[in-house]
Amino acid sequence: MMDWGPLILTFKLALITTVILVILGIPLAYWLAYSKSKIKPIIETLVSMPLVLPPTVLGFYLLVAFSPSSAFGNWINEWIGLRLIFSFEGLVIASIIYSLPFMVQPIQSGLAGLPKQYKEASYILGKSKRTTLFKILLPNIKPALLTGVVLSFAHTIGEFGVVLMIGGNIPGETKVASIAIYDEVEALNYDTANTYSLILLAITFFILLTVYLVNGGYLKKLGR
Amino acid sequence: MIDLSLHKGLHTAQGTMPLDIDITITKGQFVTLYGESGAGKTSILRMLAGLLSPDQGKIVVNESIWYDSTTKTNLKPQQRKVGFMFQDYALFPHMTVRKNLEYALSKNQDSGSIEELIQMVELGDLQHQKPSTLSGGQQQRVALARALVQQPEILLLDEPLSALDTKMRLKLQDYILKVHQQYNLTTILVSHNIGEIIKLSHQVHILEKGNIVKSGTPTEVLTSHKMSAKFRFTGEVIAIQQEEVVSIVTVLIGNNVVKIIAQESEIETLNIGDTVLVASKAFNPVIQKIV
Repeated sequence: MMDWGPLILTFKLALITTVILVILGIPLAYWLAYSKSKIKPIIETLVSMPLVLPPTVLGFYLLVAFSPSSAFGNWINEWIGLRLIFSFEGLVIASIIYSLPFMVQPIQSGLAGLPKQYKEASYILGKSKRTTLFKILLPNIKPALLTGVVLSFAHTIGEFGVVLMIGGNIPGETKVASIAIYDEVEALNYDTANTYSLILLAITFFILLTVYLVNGGYLKKLGR
Repeated sequence: MIDLSLHKGLHTAQGTMPLDIDITITKGQFVTLYGESGAGKTSILRMLAGLLSPDQGKIVVNESIWYDSTTKTNLKPQQRKVGFMFQDYALFPHMTVRKNLEYALSKNQDSGSIEELIQMVELGDLQHQKPSTLSGGQQQRVALARALVQQPEILLLDEPLSALDTKMRLKLQDYILKVHQQYNLTTILVSHNIGEIIKLSHQVHILEKGNIVKSGTPTEVLTSHKMSAKFRFTGEVIAIQQEEVVSIVTVLIGNNVVKIIAQESEIETLNIGDTVLVASKAFNPVIQKIV
């Protein structure tokens, strides 16, 4: 009998991560798109690091940082009562860092690609930066927003190395689908591994297909 | 009354160009800024709108200070009562014509003015369409109407008609003139089109490399070469040929190429590409540099 737990946990993790990333990613992307600050290249680099870094490197440093024996891990543990290693909360934070570029980069380039007159026209019409962002800028970069949301979601589903390093393999807590597959293969349960893999394969295929259909305008053409 | 005193180093392809402007514009006037691209015309409009900060200077509009470098006053674009029409209209593509105008309403403003504006620019039939489905001239009218929703004191027009064909241009000039009078605006236009300037404006300032080189009424400033000569043309020097005693200057006037015999002293300051005045004085064509 197959255990659905890892799959459910995977989607729960991906969903929570994506929601938090939308909230964090939009202001960060806005700042990166328009700031002329000198530290901007540094922030850009940091945001993009997870793209090139082996997940195990990120996982390793997070493990060190989150560990109760480190100053930061200890502080979190004592003041907020959160233990971030081998826990779901730790996975969420790690996933946010790991998938950050997938949310920030599409939105940033979407914003940077808009004619600056939209923003200026809105300011001259007396609208605040906030109103301009939500009423003018974001509605005009819907494809970029969709790309950011879907890629972050899909990328979180595909996580392995980071999870393995700081989450371990605790059923119902940190045992996500990718870990479960590894686990089943280790135990020579190829059938179960195959089922998990097929489900992930199918789901990610359809998620990405949806993005390309929507952003490519194919759905609109069908609707006509 | 608008008092402008603006100083700024503008970054151009040729390096930094200092912009130094000192002008006063009377309330209700229609003023045009005329000059080559890169002379700083658009920058002046942007500074007035608060989109660009001068390095130094003062902007005083009807006795309220919008910008003053000595007291570090600098009102945000949101706080300045201006309407701005961008060269490429900057209509919001995801909103219909009507929504574009409604977006411009301030918080407690009555939406009745929207109806009036839509009627005025004759967009009633198109009000529920998105800007991308409209022609250039129609988009232009939407932009004009949107700039007026907040009842600005000053209307800034940044080469608004340059992308339109002549017929549309003439029609939109009438719209602009109509709103200028009806809403009692002070209007500042950036334009390259001499006919348009003479038709619309009370006063014109000619800009050259960041400085105002000439100001006055359009007929004074733009047609000042009309002298007593029997005939006169302006053209561009396309070749200068040295002959034994004299030189032959080839000038393009309109679509005609004309050869003019000139003395050595006359061609001393001439270069290929110069704009020249060709006029006849007592049967002798004279040629003299005018720019």
